[in-house]
Amino acid sequence: MAKAAQKTGIVQAERHPALAGRNASAAHVALTALDPAERISLRAPEASLAALSKALGLTLPKKPKTSASKGGRLALWLGPDEWLVIDEAGGDPLADCAKVKQLHSAVGISHRNVAIGVTGPGAEATLSAGCPQDLSLAGFPVGACSRTIFGKVEIVLHRTAEDAFRVECWRSFSDYVFTFLSEAARDAAA
Amino acid sequence: MLLIRCPYCEEERPELEFRNAGEAHIARPTDIAAISDDDFEKFFFIRQNPKGIIYERWRHVHGCARFFNAVRDTVSDKFVMTYKAGEPKPSKLPGVSK
Repeated sequence: MAKAAQKTGIVQAERHPALAGRNASAAHVALTALDPAERISLRAPEASLAALSKALGLTLPKKPKTSASKGGRLALWLGPDEWLVIDEAGGDPLADCAKVKQLHSAVGISHRNVAIGVTGPGAEATLSAGCPQDLSLAGFPVGACSRTIFGKVEIVLHRTAEDAFRVECWRSFSDYVFTFLSEAARDAAA
Repeated sequence: MLLIRCPYCEEERPELEFRNAGEAHIARPTDIAAISDDDFEKFFFIRQNPKGIIYERWRHVHGCARFFNAVRDTVSDKFVMTYKAGEPKPSKLPGVSK
C-alpha cells in the first residue's frame, strides 16, 4: 500500500476490523476477536424455507433456540421467521439467496456485527456476569442460540461447544462487550 | 427477576428481554376518518387501568422480537398466562378464581 501511495501520490486509509488483534485470557477463559465473516439477516415465511434451505446448503432450523451448521456456514434461529446466517468459509450467502424466487428478505450485515469467541471451562460463568439467561448445559445445550442481553447491549449468543460460546454484537458496541467480558473473565472460576 | 413465558420461544425468559407495549385487544377502527372525536378519544386515549387482571401486549424485544399478549395481575405483578398475538382473549384463566 505504501508503494502504491508513492506511485500515485494518493494516500489510502487502511481499514482495520473492530477489535482487530484484541485477545484476552484469564485463568479459566480465553477471549478472541473472531475473524470477519459473511453474515445475512434472513426473514422468510414458512413457504419459502425449503427453497432457501436448498440455496444456502443447510436446513434452516424451525425450532426456537436451535441452530444448523454445515461446511463453515451457520444458521441461527432468532425468531419464528427470522434467521442469522453466518458464513466463515468465504462463501456468499447473499448471492445464494438472490437466486431464490420465493418471497424472502435477505440483508447483508457482515460489517454490522463483530464476533467474539469465549472459550474455556469458565466461559459459562463469564457470560453469566452479563447475560440473564440460564446458560447451563441443560438450559442452553451445545448448538443452542438466542438473541439476548449482555450488560446493556443486545447480543446473539451461540454455544459452539460445552465450554465455548460465540458472541455476536454490533461493531459499535464491540469495545464495550469485549471489555465487559475481560473484566468478567478475571472473576470467572472454572 | 421475573420470568416471562414467550409463546414464540416456548420457554420462560428473563424480564430484561421484554418490553411492555400497552393494553391488548384494542381494535383500530376500520375507517378512522369517519369516527367522531369522542369515539377517537375512547380508542386512542382511554384505557382500563384496572386493579387486578389486565390484558397487555408485550414484546420479546431482545429475543425473538415478536409481540404477544399477556394476562397479568396488577396487584401481585404476577403473569397469569401469555398467548400469541391474534389469538382471542382466553375465556378461562389458570389459577384465577373470578
